[in-house]
Amino acid sequence: MSEIANNEAAKKTCLHDRHVALGAKMSPFAGFDMPIQYGSIAAEHNAVRGAVGMFDVSHMGEIFVEGPDACEFVNYVFTNDIRNLEPGKVLYGMMLYPDGGTVDDLLVYREFAENAYLLVVNAANIEKDYEWLCARVKDNPRTGKPFGCTVRNESEAWGQIAVQGPESEKKLVEVLGLGGAASLEFYSFYDGQWNGKRLIVSRTGYTGEDGFEIYSAPENICEIWDRLHEAGVTPCGLGCRDTLRFEAGLPLYGDELSEKISPIMAGLGIFCKLDKDFIGRDALVRQKEQGTEYKLVGIEIEDKAIPRAGYPVELADGTEVGVVTTGYHSISLDRSICFALVRREYAALDTRLDIRIRRKTFPGKVVKKRFYKTNYKK
Amino acid sequence: MSKIVEGLKYSESHEWVKVEGGIAVIGVSDYAQKEMGDITYVDVPEPGDTVEKGVEFGALESVKASSDLFSPVSGTVTEVNEALCDAPELINEDAFANWIIKVEMSDPSELDALMDAAAYSELVGE
Repeated sequence: MSEIANNEAAKKTCLHDRHVALGAKMSPFAGFDMPIQYGSIAAEHNAVRGAVGMFDVSHMGEIFVEGPDACEFVNYVFTNDIRNLEPGKVLYGMMLYPDGGTVDDLLVYREFAENAYLLVVNAANIEKDYEWLCARVKDNPRTGKPFGCTVRNESEAWGQIAVQGPESEKKLVEVLGLGGAASLEFYSFYDGQWNGKRLIVSRTGYTGEDGFEIYSAPENICEIWDRLHEAGVTPCGLGCRDTLRFEAGLPLYGDELSEKISPIMAGLGIFCKLDKDFIGRDALVRQKEQGTEYKLVGIEIEDKAIPRAGYPVELADGTEVGVVTTGYHSISLDRSICFALVRREYAALDTRLDIRIRRKTFPGKVVKKRFYKTNYKK
Repeated sequence: MSKIVEGLKYSESHEWVKVEGGIAVIGVSDYAQKEMGDITYVDVPEPGDTVEKGVEFGALESVKASSDLFSPVSGTVTEVNEALCDAPELINEDAFANWIIKVEMSDPSELDALMDAAAYSELVGE
């Protein structure tokens, strides 16, 4: 009964009917009824690595910050430094709680209009992030007054498609006529129009391959999906979105980042600029100086068994020293690998760590987290 | 539409049993392999291990998830299908031809509680 109730409550993206018509296996994710796979996860994964695939990511959130203090405000809630971010550029980073725990990880787009930023946030965190931003904008600690900017959640007005893979540029140019895509650098975007509505094209993604994310009104997103589908672009579900991002060493909020997992623990310190002030900075400085109790590592085991989230990480004598956060038998690499949070004294590369999978223990060792060599456009 | 073979016994957890004298040959149904998708790993006990009716004895792993295997009968494992260690996808190719374990039954009357093909067909709604 509860499952039925959940399904009825689940939100639908603008492309939902198309997923159902394609026979996708649907499942609730972040409050949305989303496609997990249309056919085989491995085939969809390989389409992105070898050619081109497309994902409905309309569930992601779009929050706009605008006004004279927009730069100061975003820089105050965001770990990365946006002060030198040019119009048309994108930056990855996190929003943190004062204790260093992670509110969310997100992309910040510096718009071409003056004093305007677009924050693209995780679907599961849209409400939480919006409330967090609305609360923080009321109090500029430097002036004791509210920041001079507005925070607007436009998530429901936007659809989004990620087109990913080595042939994605060709498809955008030839099938969609988006010629501007060809000259975009990695982590850049341009603003355009489609049927009189705003269209944002950015060279970003979550797969480790070259690719684009296209934002527009739902009716445009449906038309773009249909044209790409007719042109042979493989529809890809959230199943392979996870296997792809995992191989590329990218974190998923909820697994590798959370209210309890700071970017320092997750090995994402490079996205946290400690020479500027932002919420959570002092906690990160302390964590860097003193070390965190746990660190996120990669572990590889010498077997085809699959380390799944929640499985214990052990020393050879059976002492539990950590837990798996995401794991797969990697489709592109044919290795059984995982991310795991382990006590920091066991986080060094090549440290022997075992993983308990049901009744058996499989010997493994700490390896680099970026399992797959990414193919971003330079 | 998944395949269901006449003359086998079926469990509610989608294992099938083929009775050969006192031995139960155990696999998973075509319906189960379809639900799982591409199977990438088969976790099985060793010959000599005991299994118990309704208790987990191993697992199938697909890319996304692992799914426990439950023994439809109690007894002692006499043989495991080694071919599945190297080629777990055989279950996707033919779930009925590729058995998983053979069990010497300690209580063959347990078979009576299992479903026949017609009842199983109803369970999976086909």
